[in-house]
Order: sequence, then C-alpha cells, then structure tokens
Amino acid sequence: MINFNKFYKLFNLISLSLVIVSILLLFFKGLNFGVDFKGGTLIELRANDKDINVTSLRQSFSKMNLGDFNVKKFGNENDFLIKIEKKDTSANAIEIVKKELTSSIGGSFNFRRVENVGPKVSAELLKSGVIAIVLSLAAMLFYIWIRFEWQFSLGAILALFHDVIITLGFFSLFYLEINLSIVAAVLTIVGYSMNDTVVIFDRVRENLIKFSDIKIFELTNISINETLSRTIITSVTTLLALVSIYLFGGEILKGFSLAMIMGVVFGTYSSIYIANPILVKLRVSQKTILKEDTD
Amino acid sequence: MLYFSKLRITLISLVTFFFIYIALSNLQDPANSFISKRINLGLDLQGGSYLLLEIDNDPVEIQKLQNTTTVIRNFLKDKKINFSDLRIQNKSIKFNIPKNDTDLVEAYFLDKGNEINPYYNQYKSHQFDIIIKDSEFILSLSKYGLIEIKTSSQDQALEIVRRRVDEVGTNEPNIIKRGNNRILVELPGLDDPMRIKSLLGKTANLTFRFVTQNNNDTFGAEILQFEDNENEALVSKRIILNGENLLDAQPQMNNQTNETVVSFTLDRVGAKRFGKATSTGVGKQLAIVLDGKIVSAPTIQSVIASGNGQISGNFTFQSATDLALLLRSGALPAPLNIIEERTVGPDLGQDSINNGIIALMIGFLLVIIFMFFKYKIFGLIANITLLVNLFFLVGILTLFGATLTLPGIAGIILTVGMAVDANVLIFERIKEECKKEKNNIIAFDTGYVKSKTAIIDANITTLIAAIILFLMGSGPVKGFSVTLAVGIFTTLFTVYFIARMLTSLYVVKNKEKDKLI
Repeated sequence: MINFNKFYKLFNLISLSLVIVSILLLFFKGLNFGVDFKGGTLIELRANDKDINVTSLRQSFSKMNLGDFNVKKFGNENDFLIKIEKKDTSANAIEIVKKELTSSIGGSFNFRRVENVGPKVSAELLKSGVIAIVLSLAAMLFYIWIRFEWQFSLGAILALFHDVIITLGFFSLFYLEINLSIVAAVLTIVGYSMNDTVVIFDRVRENLIKFSDIKIFELTNISINETLSRTIITSVTTLLALVSIYLFGGEILKGFSLAMIMGVVFGTYSSIYIANPILVKLRVSQKTILKEDTD
Repeated sequence: MLYFSKLRITLISLVTFFFIYIALSNLQDPANSFISKRINLGLDLQGGSYLLLEIDNDPVEIQKLQNTTTVIRNFLKDKKINFSDLRIQNKSIKFNIPKNDTDLVEAYFLDKGNEINPYYNQYKSHQFDIIIKDSEFILSLSKYGLIEIKTSSQDQALEIVRRRVDEVGTNEPNIIKRGNNRILVELPGLDDPMRIKSLLGKTANLTFRFVTQNNNDTFGAEILQFEDNENEALVSKRIILNGENLLDAQPQMNNQTNETVVSFTLDRVGAKRFGKATSTGVGKQLAIVLDGKIVSAPTIQSVIASGNGQISGNFTFQSATDLALLLRSGALPAPLNIIEERTVGPDLGQDSINNGIIALMIGFLLVIIFMFFKYKIFGLIANITLLVNLFFLVGILTLFGATLTLPGIAGIILTVGMAVDANVLIFERIKEECKKEKNNIIAFDTGYVKSKTAIIDANITTLIAAIILFLMGSGPVKGFSVTLAVGIFTTLFTVYFIARMLTSLYVVKNKEKDKLI
C-alpha cells in the first residue's frame, strides 16, 4: 500500500502555489484569445510556391493596412496561419487579402480556411463559454451534493477548480490560443476529473460504512489504494487516445488535445491530493454518511 | 447478474448486428442500400461556408414610426381634434393635444379594437406604450411591438435570403432563424462565398423616380449620388414604381448599343403606372434608384405602355446577372450585416477527415494493445466490447442523421479512451472480490453489483458536462458534445450487455479455474 496521505501537506502546498501562480498569470499576462473570442479574421493559407515564407507573407500583409496582424507557420511547410485583429470587421478584409496577395506575391494560394468573427458575436461566444464552464461546475457541485454529502461536494468542486485554473494558467504561460474547442476541452476536463473523483469517493463512502473504527485520514488512503489500479489504467487509456489525437489529429485539434492531456493529468492528481485531503480536513466520519440515511 | 438466457443472447446479438450493419451502411451508396440515412459531415469536414447575418431593424422601426405618424395625423384631423407639434423624436412619436381632449384620445389608443395601436391578444399588450405628460402624448414601441416588428422582418428576410441563395444554385443550403434578428446560412461545398455575400449584402430596394430641377416638388426632393460616386442629381421623393411591381428581370445584350442591360417586365398595376408616368413625362429624366444610389437616369423618349423596359448603367454581364437576380428575388425588409463567417476549403476538410481517421485507428490500436496486455482474455472481451461500442456509436449517429464535425471525431476517439473505464472498474472490483471469495461465479457477480454505483456516478458527471456543452456550444463544438453523450449511452449498453454476456459465457465454462482474472 502506498502512503498517499503522508504527502497531503506537501502536495497541498504545491497545488496552492500552482493555483496562485496561475491566477497571477491570468490576471497579469492574460489569455491569448483567438478570433472566436476577440473578433477579427483568421486565414489559413497553403502556398503552392516553395519560395513563399513567413517573412515574405508578413511583408505583403503589412502593405495592406489591415491593422495588427500575425503570420505563422501552421503544421505543414507550406501552410500559414494569419490572424488579423481588425476592430471594425466590415467583412471585406478577406476580399482585400485575396486581391492584394495575388498582385503582390503572385504565387498561387489555396485559402484553406477563413474565419471572420464580428465583435458582437465574439463577445457573445466568450460570455456563453464562461457561462457554460460556471454552469457545469455548479451542476457537478449539485450532483455530488445529492449523491453524497456537502463535504464531498466541496472537495470535488475544489479539485475541479484546481484543474481548470491550472490548465488555463498553463495556456496563459505559453500564450497558447484559447478558442471554442478549448472551452469544449475544459468542460470535458470538468467531466473527466469529476469522474475520477467520484470513483474514489464512492469507495470512501463504502469503506466509511464498513469500518467505523478507522479514521478518515487512513480511510482515504485505503480507498485511494483500492481504486489505484483503476485510476492508472483509465488515465493511461484516455491519455493514449488523447496523445493519438495530439500527434495525428491535425493542427486544428492540437490545442484541444493538449488542454485535455493537461486536464487528465491534473484531474487524476487532484482526485488524490485535493478532493481527499478536503474530506480529511472536514473531518468526515461514519456519522456524516449515516445522517444521510436518517434524513 | 451472470445468467443469460438463450433468448437474451439472441436478442443482444441481433441488436449488435443491426448496429454494425447501420454503421457500415455509411460506406455504401445510399441508392443501393436498405437504409438511406447517412452521417452528415459538418462544414469543417466537407468544406463549405457558414454565414451569420444580423438584421438591422433600425430602418424598419423608423419606417413604422413614420407610417404611424401619418395615420395619427389623419385620424386626429378626421376627429377634428386640435393637435400640434406632431413629430418623431428619440424613436418616439410625440404630439400635443388640448387638455380637455386627452382622455378621449387616450381612451381611443387603449381601446383593444383600434387600428392605430393594435392590441396583441397573445402578449396582452398594445403595439405602442403611451405616456401622457400634461397635454403631451409620447408613443414608443412596446416590448412586444418591437418583437412583432423583429419577427416579421426576420420572416420576410428569411424568405428573400432563401430565394437569393436558391437562385445562385448551391448544393443543399441550410437557412434558418437564430434568435429574433439573425439568420444562419450554411452552404456546404461552397469555398468562396464572395458572390453570395455581395448578394446578401444588398437590400435591393428599387424605385423609379423623376429627376427634378427645383426643390419645390410637392413630395419633397433629395440629392442622390450616382453609383460611380462622382455625379449627383436632385430626385423627387415621389415613387412612381418600386421593385414590388416587377414580375421578372433578366440580363440581356442590347444589340444597338452593344451594352449589357437588365430588362424587366412589370405587373399590370406597374405597367399602368409606368405608362401614365412616361406619357406625362416625355423629355424628363427618370432616375432608377437602387439602395439610395442612382443606377442610371435615362431621358424618357416616348410612352412605354407595354410594361417592359430596360435598365442600363455600365454593367458587366456578371453585375447585370446579379442585379437581375436581386430584382427577381425582391427587396429585403432591412439591411443585413454579416457578423460571423467561417469558410473551410474542401481540401482542408478532406485532410481533417484523414487525420481524424488515422488518429482514431492509432488511438484504438494503442488502447486495445494496452488492454490485452493488462487483462489477457478479459482484455480481449473489453476490446470486442469497445469495437462493438464504436459500431453502436456510429450506428446511432447514422440513425439520427447527426452531423459529424472534427471535434466530433475527437469526441469518438476520447470515447474509445474512456469507454474501457467501465470495464476496468468492473474487472478491478472482481479481482478484489476474487481474493475473498473462492467461488468464481459469486466473485464475478459481486464485482458487477458493487461497481455499479461508481460507474453510474462517473458516467452521469460526464453526461452533465456534455449536455451543458450541447446547450451552450455552437457549431462544431456541438458535434463534440453529441458524440460524447451518445458515447456514454453506448458504453453503458455495451458494457452491461455485451461485455457481461461474454464474461458470463467464459466464466461459467471455466468456473473451476484458479486465478481466472
């Protein structure tokens, strides 16, 4: 049996500092919102001419007077991603780009993807993204409260909060783009992390009923150990699937799968080192569970 | 838990084969197959354009206020009520009435049968809210009055947008309402939406009006620019004809001038009016005004009574074709703005499909190899279950005619990774039970029973996340939530029926064996 409970204090400290660093990053560095949430134009180009590179593209875009823009390679050698932060999205940016590019560089281009999001829509998408995440946290809180007790619910929700904040902090640190699929990833992380926590909690509850003489400090450790092989196997299979998406699923899914990989790793960790220590701190005992039955 | 009757085994096998058949039918030509339903590919996979249009209702509101002002003026005159200072200010109609008449006028406006301020039974509200300050009446559109205007202009705009898109002839467009002032247009297979965008960007409000020389026109006059933005002319506000009187419009070559023109045919009312106007206006200039700009202003040479005419104005064949199309499909009730546009080229779509399939196959392979090494024979059972689960998932998506997007494929791959969880939970529990219980059958039975609550709780949490994502998400992300949610149900079904059946068949045969799992 591994003594997970020996490290509760140490890992709680690490988690706390990671969360604080993430919050500071979110406040001071902020997130790199993509066109979905900031508005503007995104163009994915494939050049059929080998001589075209980021520098030459940058030069021709700077002549177009489109305001702030950003050119970078996107996966393939000849694929480029251009983001234009145009505030007054008059929907014409794309036409201008198409015309100017052919006249300035001349090489033949293939416009693989064009996205143009107005400021109103991006504000709405951001709002609904935030609402979705908050709503899912609230729904989980409520569900665990009904199925278990409020102590379990608090433990689970703090673990979730921990996972979401650290994942976002990671995205802020490396300035990775936040778009609609990242919101989907965060919500899935919420579901996954919860899933992991619930399995351990379920065992804690079972053991609480079985052993009246074991303290919760020991009991969480027993429960974590009993479910450990399941925790590892499921994390491994999920990670195998996610790594496969990350490596082979194409550029568009890279951010999504990266966020999910982060979430699975932290979700597994937080079930053990956030959710369970909280049960200990809140002095959950057999009484906590049995009270439920008399209600 | 471990007993399966022959009937049940047969039923489960039948259901399984049914879904395998449905899932595989996606590879067949729908024409020669028993089931015609197919998984639809989202715009991000098959390529195409997504346009979100917002209706600018301001002009419609102002028009409504102007019309109502005229009605009020006529009504008050009719009733011989002295009124003064009738005007539109801050989106409200204001006027003054002598003190002793206010009750009478108020009673009229609040009467449920009156014609100026209609009463909506379904909303229990009038079109206008009325505030009376001393002797001043202030009428502003009520909440429901605004909704009424918005929904009616949305209905009209939807119809016109549909006609215009149909005229261009794209492949199965999807045009639907969003909220009460937006229209979503999805155009599969279209990789350059420029023409559609320019067609939808025009209101196409066509009027025929005389050019006047002075400002003394009884209907008022305004200075309008020509389309070249250089010249301008003073045009009467009196409308002789508008786009509604048009029966047909076609691009044409004018053989005499060698110019491309748009020829039109008027309806009976239009032809009559046009004949009358041209007969009184020989020698005058007739301005053809489109969306506030003069297309051309030819001088009337002779009476045109046939109801046929031509619009000229430096057209290319393409621009004449587009103008004719716009005139045929009719004017939009209000301007439309494109507030969101997403276009994916067909080659990127195909690349995404290929990447998705490769990632799915590799992910699937990694998971089944891992499971086989971990659980041997039971790993094989879990793997068979996983494969059947995939067929179920694809089969159900097919039956619903669901739309598969790139994030949707990611959802399927993720399901592969997470679906084994239920089997893992059960197998691990059985392992624990086997330590305490010598009888294999009892140990397996207990393992299934005791792992149930954890499995259900764990899956419901994921389902909650998927449902919220479905409600709040848009476009491709919605596709992800659908596959995730369907994946949960197929996982539970396959684990509790197929995996359990296979496990029970194996365990019952080998019940004497030691260390079964």
